[in-house]
Amino acid sequence: MRTAPLGHNVSLERRAWNIRRHAILMGEVQGQGYIAQALDVADILATAYFHAMRYRPDDPAWEGRDRFLLSNGHYAIALYAALIEAGIIPEEELETYGSDESRLPMSGMASYTPGMEMSGGSLGLGLSIAVGKCLGLKRKGSDSRVYTLFSDGELDEGSVWEAIMSAAHYKLDNLVAIVDVNNQQADGPSTTVMGFEPLTEKLEAFGWFVRRIDGNDLAAVRAAFDAAKAQHGQGKPSMIIADTLMGKGVPFLEAREKNHFIRVDAHEWRLALDALDERKPS
Amino acid sequence: MKPAAPRTDAGKPRLTTSAMIASIAGEGQRTKPAPFGHALVELAKEDGSILGMTADLGKYTDLHIFAQAFPDRYYQMGMAEQLLFGAASGLAAEGFTPIATTYAVFASRRAYDFIHQTIAEEDRNVKIACALPGLTSGYGPSHQATEDLALFRAMPNMVVIDPCDAHEIEQVVPAMVRHKGPVYMRLLRGQVPLVLDEYGYSFELGKAKLLRDGYEVLFISSGIMTMRALEAAKALVSDRIDAGVLHVPTIKPLDAATILACCAKPGRLVVVAENHTVNGGLGEAVAGLLMREGVHPAFRMVGLPDEFLAAGALPTLHDRYGISTEALCARVKGWLK
Repeated sequence: MRTAPLGHNVSLERRAWNIRRHAILMGEVQGQGYIAQALDVADILATAYFHAMRYRPDDPAWEGRDRFLLSNGHYAIALYAALIEAGIIPEEELETYGSDESRLPMSGMASYTPGMEMSGGSLGLGLSIAVGKCLGLKRKGSDSRVYTLFSDGELDEGSVWEAIMSAAHYKLDNLVAIVDVNNQQADGPSTTVMGFEPLTEKLEAFGWFVRRIDGNDLAAVRAAFDAAKAQHGQGKPSMIIADTLMGKGVPFLEAREKNHFIRVDAHEWRLALDALDERKPS
Repeated sequence: MKPAAPRTDAGKPRLTTSAMIASIAGEGQRTKPAPFGHALVELAKEDGSILGMTADLGKYTDLHIFAQAFPDRYYQMGMAEQLLFGAASGLAAEGFTPIATTYAVFASRRAYDFIHQTIAEEDRNVKIACALPGLTSGYGPSHQATEDLALFRAMPNMVVIDPCDAHEIEQVVPAMVRHKGPVYMRLLRGQVPLVLDEYGYSFELGKAKLLRDGYEVLFISSGIMTMRALEAAKALVSDRIDAGVLHVPTIKPLDAATILACCAKPGRLVVVAENHTVNGGLGEAVAGLLMREGVHPAFRMVGLPDEFLAAGALPTLHDRYGISTEALCARVKGWLK
């Protein structure tokens, strides 16, 4: 059965809803997963894959594609959902998530999954790889862009700031980085684990074009991606700071006490699907 | 805690350290300048995919030669080793062949996870060339890469090369670029000794080569210790000791067949000599191979001790830690008594 509607007349709202649904179904398979993060980032992924990026579902390695680097590898469940929605991974594979021999391991790795451009898991790698890819694309004369998603907790990693400095130094205007500020990392709220504000001012001072938005407001997300894409040729890398709500779209998960790894009981996966289904966009 | 008294080795003149010495060549030894940089330039004339990258150590890894020849193919990544290797992975993913240089200590210790995850796990075609291998700096543990071979040997997908001299480095450069996949090479920079040309030697990736045969002792060595083993073998002749030298520049994958064949020759003392801690380097690699395959010659290891080494002048330190030619000879004679 295919729930992902193909074709071009599908709204971003529906794409985001489908991504959330695929993610919940995968979580149900395993009985666990970073589902709250997948739900918070679904609007960003829907915008990336169905508004901003250029790619060919039947040829994930197509040279002319935009690259998407998932730095926060534990968000793989969300990216798989987007790749399923984009037609890069068959929907049937959803049932293999996190299982032996699956192409969909719980932490994203380049060698396992079509459309997965890097191996995450160890946090803070993506921006450095993105810098290399952007340099390489410019050297090839390609007009493709590199998108990289990372999490606010990764701002603690020194390597992230090494990459931030170098992207400005090399004027990588083909780079669009998105930081998911859900304010939750392993040991608690990100801002209390290690303060990173004022983030917009910091990144602007580092020479980046910055847009800070509500990452669950699709119109705002779309406008931010458009603004970032328009920076191509302007000599500055772009950062979209997306403030998001963990569990977005499933009210009882939105309301649940915030944790890096939110507990979902066995019977609650169905309840989450029901809650989502009640909010199905046209 | 009371600071330790400065160490001196009795009876020896007190030498001074050159902080970042440019050469490990002995007095009067034949040398070649910057063989890595020049070989890379020659190769890059034919191979447009080659790019040079460094983390603020271009001049100190002989990559400046490449930078001067191909300024638009050279990336200065700043003093940021994690970025250096992550970005190298990204460039390799886009079809280029990045040659990333820094000091061996920084690649092996500071950036290990980046190399592990973004280069080795993703099997990216990145060549890592690192200066100051083992004990080739008198600057102290911050610059003495005494455990790099053990660390990179332990990393899946990584090829590990420890060349001996300028002649070999010139051949390692094209060979490692021909190999598709990640490579770690130890780099000798500046005025690099020239030794192996006299032995009609040619480097082949993954091959150990017998440079000299001997019926009493077989040195198995890599890097600068092959130079020392050859000198020791010559010196031991006056003591009527006949020593051979098997050079093993590729630490991984190890040339098991050649090593086993050489070690199976009866009646020889096998002495593995390495410019590296005795933990996890060539010595233990060879020992493990011999044990697994049931080949049991008399076996000894010469390497750096499992401790933080002193700062000081290299000749002093090489004597103290047993990797000078004289120290090598003395130990072999002791073992043969």
